[in-house]
Amino acid sequence: MAEITYREALNQALAEELERDDSVFLMGEEVAEYDGAYKVSKGLLDRFGDLRVVDSPISELGFAGLGVGAAMVGLRPIIEFMTFNFSLLALDQIINSAAKMLYMTGGQINIPIVFRGPSGAALQLGAQHSQAAETWYVHVPGLKVVAPATPADAKGLMKAAIRDDDPVIFLESELLYNVRGEVPDGDHVVPLGLADVKREGGDVSIIAHGKTVHLALQAAKRLEKDGIEAEVLDLRSLRPLDVDAILATVRKTNRVVYVEEGWPYLGMGAQIAATIQEEAFDDLDAPVLRVTQADVPMPYAKNLEKLAKPNAERVIAACKQVLYRT
Amino acid sequence: MATKVHMEALSPTMEEGQVVKWLKAEGDAVSHGEILAEIETDKATMELVARGDGVLRKILLGEGGTAPVGEVIAIITGADEEVGDLPVAGEGETAERSPDGKAESEETGREEEGPEEAPGDEAPAAGGVAEEEEPAEKEPAGVQEGERVKASPLARRLAQEGKLELSTIEGTGPGGRVVRRDVEAAVDAGRKAEAEVAAPPPSRARAAVDGPEFEDVPLTQMRKTIARRLVESLGPVPHFFLRITVDMSRILEARERVNRLLEDGDGRISINDFILKATASSLARHPEVNSHWNGDSIRRFSRVHLGVAVATEEGLITPVIRDAHVKGLVEISAEIRELAARGKEKKLQPEEYTGSTFSVSNLGMFGIHEFTGVINPPEAGIVAVGGIEETPVVLEGQVVVRPLMKVTMSCDHRVIDGATGARFLETLKEMLEEPATALL
Repeated sequence: MAEITYREALNQALAEELERDDSVFLMGEEVAEYDGAYKVSKGLLDRFGDLRVVDSPISELGFAGLGVGAAMVGLRPIIEFMTFNFSLLALDQIINSAAKMLYMTGGQINIPIVFRGPSGAALQLGAQHSQAAETWYVHVPGLKVVAPATPADAKGLMKAAIRDDDPVIFLESELLYNVRGEVPDGDHVVPLGLADVKREGGDVSIIAHGKTVHLALQAAKRLEKDGIEAEVLDLRSLRPLDVDAILATVRKTNRVVYVEEGWPYLGMGAQIAATIQEEAFDDLDAPVLRVTQADVPMPYAKNLEKLAKPNAERVIAACKQVLYRT
Repeated sequence: MATKVHMEALSPTMEEGQVVKWLKAEGDAVSHGEILAEIETDKATMELVARGDGVLRKILLGEGGTAPVGEVIAIITGADEEVGDLPVAGEGETAERSPDGKAESEETGREEEGPEEAPGDEAPAAGGVAEEEEPAEKEPAGVQEGERVKASPLARRLAQEGKLELSTIEGTGPGGRVVRRDVEAAVDAGRKAEAEVAAPPPSRARAAVDGPEFEDVPLTQMRKTIARRLVESLGPVPHFFLRITVDMSRILEARERVNRLLEDGDGRISINDFILKATASSLARHPEVNSHWNGDSIRRFSRVHLGVAVATEEGLITPVIRDAHVKGLVEISAEIRELAARGKEKKLQPEEYTGSTFSVSNLGMFGIHEFTGVINPPEAGIVAVGGIEETPVVLEGQVVVRPLMKVTMSCDHRVIDGATGARFLETLKEMLEEPATALL
């Protein structure tokens, strides 16, 4: 088992799948000659050539649509958005074409495509370039949405996403690309739709996905000093959702704090809270609390941006609140 | 201070009531709890009691008049008070109804911090159907209507499982919310107290009524399939019928001896009393028959509340002998005689004709040889008893005459299978043919 970065894990997954299946190709802005804006596709052009690793013009709607068309005739495109902020330009292709094609052709034409790239706020990129995209996509039936937090999950989920016969939204993060972690050797595939307990604990469940899993782990470590054992459940897949894993941790701890980097209003946490109260009402000892970004466009000012983002202190406070410890 | 007298919900299903008779006239002094009127409900004639002291100042609904539940039908005032501009009947003011006609569930418990008020100023006892006309902010003392104990869903569930009254547990959550740790502390305290008082060994009869009242058996896939298939084939309750013939010689002898011992003309034990006793004892041995169909589970009762069909002029009513499995013949006999008599006069209280776990219907006294009863849902079965008839039978190669009785059991096939019902009937037959088995 080798320790590598999240970026290297993705690069390995892309290379292995390009190698394994001739119908797989990667397309996006600067993915080829420049090795990708965040160097995720480093070396792939040299290895697989410009028919398999394709630089596109700056036109998200156009190359997303090219990808959907290629998928319709049997290829398996991986479309990179330099960041998911730019995917807004391609919403019509993603939602109206990719997500609905299987349904509208009566099951005849499936779209095996992956839309990938970093999502959420990095540091001081301003309101238009600092948004979490999961809620926009997870809303749509026909799309699968994953948000890995670790190098191992990034590699395993990317391979599963490329092999999946339906469109998958694959959310990465600028702040995760340098995170290091052990990745199993060989053909490591993580099935879509399975959550993962990243830390065991019996007192309170912190549920998170993507970047906020690390926040949850930090909070859990600090809670330990107060004698509180927090369980951290990493959803990994937002759709399909691992409801069984969520209910299992609720039944174990009776208390849930959801941490996400997006806005609170109808965010992922709202869906999780609804699911929990529907399915495990009698197991709850406290309301489900959410820790999210403040309900405002992300400020550019460093101090304000810090205040707007979820942080470990707020996660700890929420955990103590559901434990009725103040 | 005036008190409105409302048409109260006097049976679980009552929507309106008719005044049969006012027992108090306008101008009569009345005190709290005194009977004001007899009200005919959809089930029986019930008594309406005063919820306040004073003078019955005004009757707003005459004898024979009908009013929906909640409507004001009379007004009680202080001795020197006039009705003045009090609202009159038909204003549509609807009082709260509790579904079972009793006080609200445990959640409306008395709160210790509730302000104590003047003695004698009692709160309404039955679901808040009467209200005191008092100066503004003053609350009636005692039960505070609508005051719900705040508790987390988990705490609520744990309290129920531990059979603890939520209202007796002090909540330490925000706003006094009862949370898991509070219930756990209460359970621990209860255990300690229990350990300190060494409980005397329970007698057999006590054990039979002390244990859990029932056990909910989850439906297996097979049971679900059986249920679905049978409903598809026959009505909402898929009946099937089992018939057995019982030799009643020993019961007839036993009755004669017992009644000779009792020497009391009024207290004579009937054949039907023996049948009820034997049925109750058999049910206690066959909880799989003493069951309710709950739709998604089967509720097996450990106690036997035996419904006994009684004919009245207006139709059938089924008073219930509670804990019939631990009652003796004399007790059962006296109880059913008393219940049946009041049933015929439509004087039964709702709790006296609801909650049965299984039923018995006997038409033997009408000269019926045998018949099938219709199950009273959600019960899983009913036993229909025919008359005892002198019948020639062949015993050891000889034709002899024996008093035979046919018992037919209707079974809900979703709950009871053929063999299950047959085993129960076998026990019942044994108990009737050899009464001593009831002692085993």
